[in-house]
Amino acid sequence: MTDTLNAMPPVTDNAPPAPAPAEKPERNSMLRHTRYVMSENPVTGLAFALFALIALFALIGPYIVPHDPLASDTAAALQPPTWKHWFGTDQLGRDILSRVVVATRLDFIIAITSVALVFAMGGLAGIAAGYFGGWTDRIISRLSDTIMAFPLFVLAMGIVAALGNTVTNIVIATAIINFPLYVRVARAEANVRREAGFVQAARLSGNGDARILLGHILPNIMPIMMVQISLTMGYAILNAAGLSFIGLGVKPPTPEWGIMVAEGAANIISGEWWIALFPGAALMLAVFTFNLLGDGLRDLVDPQRRT
Amino acid sequence: MLATIGKRLLTVIPTLIGVVIVTFLLTRVLPGDPAVYFAGPAATPDSIAEIRKGLGLDKPLPEQFIRYVGDLAHGNFGNSLSTGRPVATEIASRLPASAELTLLGLIVSLAIAVPLGILAAVKQGSWIDHTCRVVATAGVSLPVFFTGLLLVYAFYFQLGWAPAPLGRLDAFASAPPNITGLYLIDSLVTGQFETFRSALSQLILPVVTLAIFSLAPIARMTRASMLAVLASEFVRTARASGLDTRTVIITYAFRNAMLPVVTTLGMVFSFLLGANVLVEKVFAWPGIGSYAVEALLQSDFAPVQGFVLTMAVLYVALNLVIDILYRVIDPRVRLEG
Repeated sequence: MTDTLNAMPPVTDNAPPAPAPAEKPERNSMLRHTRYVMSENPVTGLAFALFALIALFALIGPYIVPHDPLASDTAAALQPPTWKHWFGTDQLGRDILSRVVVATRLDFIIAITSVALVFAMGGLAGIAAGYFGGWTDRIISRLSDTIMAFPLFVLAMGIVAALGNTVTNIVIATAIINFPLYVRVARAEANVRREAGFVQAARLSGNGDARILLGHILPNIMPIMMVQISLTMGYAILNAAGLSFIGLGVKPPTPEWGIMVAEGAANIISGEWWIALFPGAALMLAVFTFNLLGDGLRDLVDPQRRT
Repeated sequence: MLATIGKRLLTVIPTLIGVVIVTFLLTRVLPGDPAVYFAGPAATPDSIAEIRKGLGLDKPLPEQFIRYVGDLAHGNFGNSLSTGRPVATEIASRLPASAELTLLGLIVSLAIAVPLGILAAVKQGSWIDHTCRVVATAGVSLPVFFTGLLLVYAFYFQLGWAPAPLGRLDAFASAPPNITGLYLIDSLVTGQFETFRSALSQLILPVVTLAIFSLAPIARMTRASMLAVLASEFVRTARASGLDTRTVIITYAFRNAMLPVVTTLGMVFSFLLGANVLVEKVFAWPGIGSYAVEALLQSDFAPVQGFVLTMAVLYVALNLVIDILYRVIDPRVRLEG
């Protein structure tokens, strides 16, 4: 340690302030911080790479798969993995690799839309509760407590049953059960900033509440909300896949990971493992990626909670 | 102490009211007309109106709500459309199967996760610590239904150690007399060891599935809270006073470290009760989860409503127990109350 200190040129303290534009050092330090976190924890880099892969499959999956995910070929049903069908074929002779890849888009869309929805509902309700306090806070907190009084997956089942058995309602149910998490984070963060200098300055310059909330407080808590979004993405995918595993939402023959595992469940007992294994593994990998990504983003945004 | 518990009991009331309101709203306000369901596909507008009147659906919402609460107070959850049987009886007869599964899952999970978390904290950086971290990360990523299927494939199809995943007993065993409804206890009490063996062997895989699922948060929390406690001053004092490591870890650190873990149990239960539904589906377990799933697929709403309500009430009760347990463990909270 002492060696390195001695070896360093002793000019840093006396050097005149660099005439760089004000923004530049900030961006540099952010970049350096990102690189530091990445090198400190190579798993985060892996998570970003996996995320890019999943996003790519979601985007171009249907155009690159070797077979039609819906085309059945009963002559080639229940084949174990071969060179022609890398992941084997299911009861109807459909190519499982193609189905797993094509399913990425649907699962990804379900997760993204439900998270976007809950971010809009829970995030806004949360900052309003934290900013206004009083009755707004009481009503929103009570609502979120009531949701928390249910085991969350069970509540999602009830919501889908009441609203009707469709993919849209799976998205809505997944958003509702994540609502309390977003309210809690947004409320706490907004509450801290309620009397912050920049908020008071904005108020004194004549900004209305809506403008302060959306234009000043929301951008400031965005990094922390991003972490929350990434952490709940994994949970959203798991939840949606669980619902479709018990037969809700996605209808066959649509390829979706949860329902594909359900379709392969009966064949597990007779030893055809590949029908359920590959979609299940894809699901697992996606959830794993989002969880790692969330941890990585948290390290970037909130160094104090770094593990 | 009793007064504190009484006060805590009172806080349950608004929660329960909220739960009842939500389950009521789920049926009545959202789109979809129960009367049309009841009337069936060949219904005329007249017969639908008749049924609506019979069900009380033509009354204003507040009146319907009072009626609903009155029915609940009499233990009436309505009748299932497909079987015609009262939902309350059906749920009551299936609840022990779910309870046996969930509780055993939690016990196994605690028995593995707590020692694992403690060892990981005591030997920080060792292979146990790394195992704990891998388990914690992998555990939260594993879809519970997928773990169950993998276990069935490995232990039933490949190794043949486990029985077929088809319910609580194998085909040759008969159910023990109904005392608690928990087969393990009932068969032991009445001395039917063959039934006990059968029930146990059917339970192992689903219980392990649930345990793997709930392992992660418990192990992670135990490790984190043990680490925090081990770094605290009273542990250092205890060590400096010459107490042996065993006493310091078990008597001093462990009891204090358990507090956050007990709090986490509430969240673990929320996950467990949900995961239970999926595990019951995988193992054809005749519990309330599979009952609700069957009803859901047939748009039979009363059982689903009864199921959601039962689960919510159970969950509220479990949280209450956890809270009281917390007060028993932590003398500081007791004094404050």
